[in-house]
Amino acid sequence: MSETRLSVLKTYKLFIGGSFPRSESGRVYEVTDSRGQWLANAPRASRKDARDAVTAARAAFPRWSGTTAYLRGQVLYRVAEMLQGRGEQFRAEVAAAEGLSKSAARAAVDAAIDRWVWYAGWTDKVAQIAGAANPVAGPYLNLSTPAPTGVVAVLAPRDSSLLGLVSVLAPVVATGNTAVVVTAGTAPLPALTLGEVLATSDVPGGVVNLLSGRAAELAPTLAAHQDVNAIDLTGADEELAAELEGVAAENLKRVRRPRRSAEDWTADPGTGRLLAFLETKTVWPPMGV
Amino acid sequence: MKFEYAPAPESPALAGIAPSHGLFIGGEFREAADGKVFTTISPSSEEVLSEVARGGPEDVDAAVAAARAAFPAWSALPGAERAKYLFRVARIVQERSRELAVLESLDNGKPIRESRDVDLPLVAAHFFYYAGWADKLPHAGYGQDPRPLGVAGQVIPWNFPLLMLAWKIAPALACGNTVVLKPAETTPLTALRFADICRQAGLPPGVVNIVTGDGEAGAALVAHPGVDKVAFTGSTEVGRGIARALAGTRKKLTLELGGKAANIVFDDAPLDQAVEGIVSGIFFNQGHVCCAGSRLLVQESVADEVLDALKRRMAGLRVGDPLDKNTDIGAINSAGQLARIRELAEAGEAEGAERWSPACDLPGTGFWFAPTLFTGVSQAHRIAREEIFGPVLSVLTFRTPDEAVAKANNTPYGLSAGIWTEKGSRILWMADRLRAGVVWSNTFNKFDPTSPFGGFGESGYGREGGRHGLEAYLDV
Repeated sequence: MSETRLSVLKTYKLFIGGSFPRSESGRVYEVTDSRGQWLANAPRASRKDARDAVTAARAAFPRWSGTTAYLRGQVLYRVAEMLQGRGEQFRAEVAAAEGLSKSAARAAVDAAIDRWVWYAGWTDKVAQIAGAANPVAGPYLNLSTPAPTGVVAVLAPRDSSLLGLVSVLAPVVATGNTAVVVTAGTAPLPALTLGEVLATSDVPGGVVNLLSGRAAELAPTLAAHQDVNAIDLTGADEELAAELEGVAAENLKRVRRPRRSAEDWTADPGTGRLLAFLETKTVWPPMGV
Repeated sequence: MKFEYAPAPESPALAGIAPSHGLFIGGEFREAADGKVFTTISPSSEEVLSEVARGGPEDVDAAVAAARAAFPAWSALPGAERAKYLFRVARIVQERSRELAVLESLDNGKPIRESRDVDLPLVAAHFFYYAGWADKLPHAGYGQDPRPLGVAGQVIPWNFPLLMLAWKIAPALACGNTVVLKPAETTPLTALRFADICRQAGLPPGVVNIVTGDGEAGAALVAHPGVDKVAFTGSTEVGRGIARALAGTRKKLTLELGGKAANIVFDDAPLDQAVEGIVSGIFFNQGHVCCAGSRLLVQESVADEVLDALKRRMAGLRVGDPLDKNTDIGAINSAGQLARIRELAEAGEAEGAERWSPACDLPGTGFWFAPTLFTGVSQAHRIAREEIFGPVLSVLTFRTPDEAVAKANNTPYGLSAGIWTEKGSRILWMADRLRAGVVWSNTFNKFDPTSPFGGFGESGYGREGGRHGLEAYLDV
């Protein structure tokens, strides 16, 4: 009987403001595996979808950035738990998206889960390595602490559909920013499934927004958007990155340029990405009697 | 019986200004390649102080080449040796601080009381602080062996000429970079005097190069392919252009730009102290301060009381000769800046705000603007939104802490803010919510070399000062 049963295919959707809309444009594009076999029709997000995602990310920012570091860590750890539970599905999607063997896909998904756990543990420590008590020459307690930059647009890496995505997304939200992510163009399915994980992990709606489609179409809107505070250009090629950086200068967005050579997503990530989208706030409370 | 202040001027002769000045490249003073010069004047008298070489692209080329040539040896020096050079510089600045203060006040127009008591002590302190970092960089949190970037191109403004030079050069050199610095067109003299301090300190040729000139030299410097790092302090408009120009290059960029800081006074604040803080927040350095407290947000219940006290205090401010030790407010730095301040003040009146200045006699020559405040200002007024960079205060009111936060954050800038209240928990509650890089409480316009300075949003990125200030000059 199982041989005759037709499986139920999944309709992949965008993830904006905690909901799963289709693209407002009604457009989709075909996603294939590495051998060219059809996998799904993914929504092809429009510039309007990108603007909606920014609105959702902005609305989510006060609450998420105001959440205690401890609770943010708990919420992000919960994401790793949900990822683990969905491991089988991610292994199949990553294997199809990247043409990986079963064992390689397992390694990639395991690394993505471990990466998420690693960043979850950073939420209540980053202020201690990025902050400072400054011995000013006067009667003041002078403290520098990191504050999240705000709404961060992220161009996810094109070469690693889940581990690469987690490696760029987790540090952005761990530090209290909210994110609008343009997923890997030809391999968006693991990212869209990650949206389903986030939706069931106590991450407030709008903290992470996921757009599938063409980076060249969506990224200029995000780079030019006056309510986006920073942009991570990891997934842009050199030419697109240069163009976007120029556009981003308009409201002096913080820009993280792509590395010159391909990044090794399995390597120790260090703290660079955690510190990239933090502002240093220095407060001078007075001392006296 | 009325007592008058007797004049107590410093002598301009203390500054010892030469009739002409060259560019400082590779350890030597030289004329511009095309022989062009410009004059720098005293903004308080409009007298010509000196003729200065006008550097162009060819001179920038030469300066970058000199810095490049000096880089391998300078960066390879043991940190402890670089430290000693910087300690020497700090000490010589202290020794020559009276001369430098007079020179600064002459060229810039700021009161000698400020150049003597604020600028110069902070310049020396900044070199002293970063000198100590030069041999301790592995402990700064940027890896075991943090490397310098190479040649730093630095463009600084006219409001704190020597202090901005110190903020740029001290950390750059401590980290092992070499520099080409472009001082502002209207205030080139203290930077060139600093070149003489480098000579006295025995700094190797090419480690510090100073190219005077106008915007053309600045643009050539930031665009120069031989520059690895660009640091700019100035207007948001120019900063935006630099960020755009550097897109697609591998140059590291830090920007310290404009501001429109809220100075927030609660009803429980110590009001006399707050009034002093409001005055120093906006009238310090003629309001030519990027972090000036140019928007006063005062709680409605004490607004009248604060305004009455503020007006009384403003009536006692002494505007005039920058070299007079009794002077509170000196000259506006240039005719261009004066025109900009006038235009915005007129816009304030035209848009319906009420303008007030104390009666004060302004000198007949030079560039002057009386301390001014505007009441009845709405958040939409230009004087509440645009950086005036002059002695003009816009007063707004609020009722609740939430409203104060919302109004304070209602700006694309985010450089600084002030909070006046006796309640410690309120200070921290407010500071947590203000989107600004520096938050003072029950004080304003305080600076310290150990304390990171820099903004959120369109006030720029990167920090100067403290451990954080090292990052701008390290390959991290």
